[in-house]
Amino acid sequence: MKLSSLEAMAASVPDGALVAIPPDNSLPSVALAKALIRRGARGLRLLGVPVSGFATDILIGAGCVAEVQTSAVSLGEAGFAPRFSAAVRAGSIAVRDATCPAIHTMLQAAEKGVPFMPLRGLIGSDILANRPDWRVVDNPFAEGGDPIVLLPALSPDVVILHAAMADSAGNIWLGRRRECATIAHASARALVTVERVVEGNFLEDERLAAGAINATYIEAVALAARGAHPIALLDEYGFDAAYVAEYARMARTEAGFAEWLEREVFAGQRLAAE
Amino acid sequence: MSEIRLEERLAATLARLILDPTARPARHIAVGAASPIPAAACWLVKLQGHPVRLSLLHKRSGNPFTEGTRELFDLTGQGRIDLFFLGGGQIDGGANLNLVGTGAWPGREVRFPGSFGSAFMYPMAHRTILFREEHSPRVLVEKVDNISAPGTSPPGVFRRGHAQALVTGKCVFRFHPDRARFSLESVHPGESIESVRAATGFGFEVDDAVPVTEDPSPAELALLRGPVCEEMMETYPEFCARVFGRKAAA
Repeated sequence: MKLSSLEAMAASVPDGALVAIPPDNSLPSVALAKALIRRGARGLRLLGVPVSGFATDILIGAGCVAEVQTSAVSLGEAGFAPRFSAAVRAGSIAVRDATCPAIHTMLQAAEKGVPFMPLRGLIGSDILANRPDWRVVDNPFAEGGDPIVLLPALSPDVVILHAAMADSAGNIWLGRRRECATIAHASARALVTVERVVEGNFLEDERLAAGAINATYIEAVALAARGAHPIALLDEYGFDAAYVAEYARMARTEAGFAEWLEREVFAGQRLAAE
Repeated sequence: MSEIRLEERLAATLARLILDPTARPARHIAVGAASPIPAAACWLVKLQGHPVRLSLLHKRSGNPFTEGTRELFDLTGQGRIDLFFLGGGQIDGGANLNLVGTGAWPGREVRFPGSFGSAFMYPMAHRTILFREEHSPRVLVEKVDNISAPGTSPPGVFRRGHAQALVTGKCVFRFHPDRARFSLESVHPGESIESVRAATGFGFEVDDAVPVTEDPSPAELALLRGPVCEEMMETYPEFCARVFGRKAAA
């Protein structure tokens, strides 16, 4: 397997792409989100699977985002996502609200290659009322009078994940977070950063195979040590609450966010280049 | 034993509602994001020895699901989740929840985080306990600006359960899905029917005499401050430090 680099991966994501990002407890590649900011990505349409967190907030703050489709944007114990909230207030991004299982279901439809899938619930919610692309039909298998929602298949252009490791064959391993496999299966391209690359083939090890995503679905892998930071990575490292709390404080204002961005996204990169 | 903190009182109150003998038994409870007090209530029930399965979505080590976050919704879709907790930036007198925001869609006045799974979980879980510590007219409104999840559904729409109760920092309301109204079940010490009414934006039913919410017992407090806190340290370190005075090991 030939390794890619963070900056090459970021360069390969075109402006305007529909980019799926898992939430803060489920292996988003924060390293790649920062690389997208450095490359000056514009007009991205982000999909939170099924909710959004830190990576989404910094991409919005940096002006990379035109639209967010998600079920919630939050920094967990650090509170509301400040740049998302400011952008909604200013009307500078479009928000397509969804609800968690609807996002999973739309991806599962894409994974199966079917045009839509039904989902219970939702009827009576303004989420549904504001989604003209979601339909209510009468359950054709009932005797009548059983309305149910149909959701269209959704296939992201790109998913950005951070996994624990990749192997020589280009498979990646991320343990029990199987919804990441569904996103990778449903997406046209999966770009994955990893902590390390190991010899061998996960698919030949019964204990590792169940937590792997087959290389079939993976377009590129790049090394990024602590690439989920400040988000936790499985049992490898924990959530950096102090880092996120400081971000939440600074990003309350545009000037504070700009200062944070310079220090945490651009400065380190310049040092590395010198 | 030191003074009872409000968070401890609320956790013990939620635990009693979980065990409510008039409700469907809670064999499998799920707790969502950023819900330390409901999580404490669930641990209290479990550590009291009741046979209950807890699925805490944000537990990092030993997360209960092998299919990621989607498994919770699949379980709930099948009717395998007996009890779930929800809150809301706004909650109205018909138990409608607004987690999206105030003002025009999608929350152009004050944007809340978003609906999470509420539009699905609320109708599909067998029962839901609503919890919101802030009890004020801005939270408990006559009618929510936006409905992320409806409190009741029209006849013919598949729905498995409703709100059982709404617990706030001031009182416990019981919900009656047949008439889509709350009634005041108990007031916390220091509160009265009048003080609750003054802080509530929606109308509710009141009996002549409303009891005071029962204090946590010494045994419940000891469990909360010891073993429950231990279980919660990884997921809610700030909460454990603030409420139980427990600092994480460096």
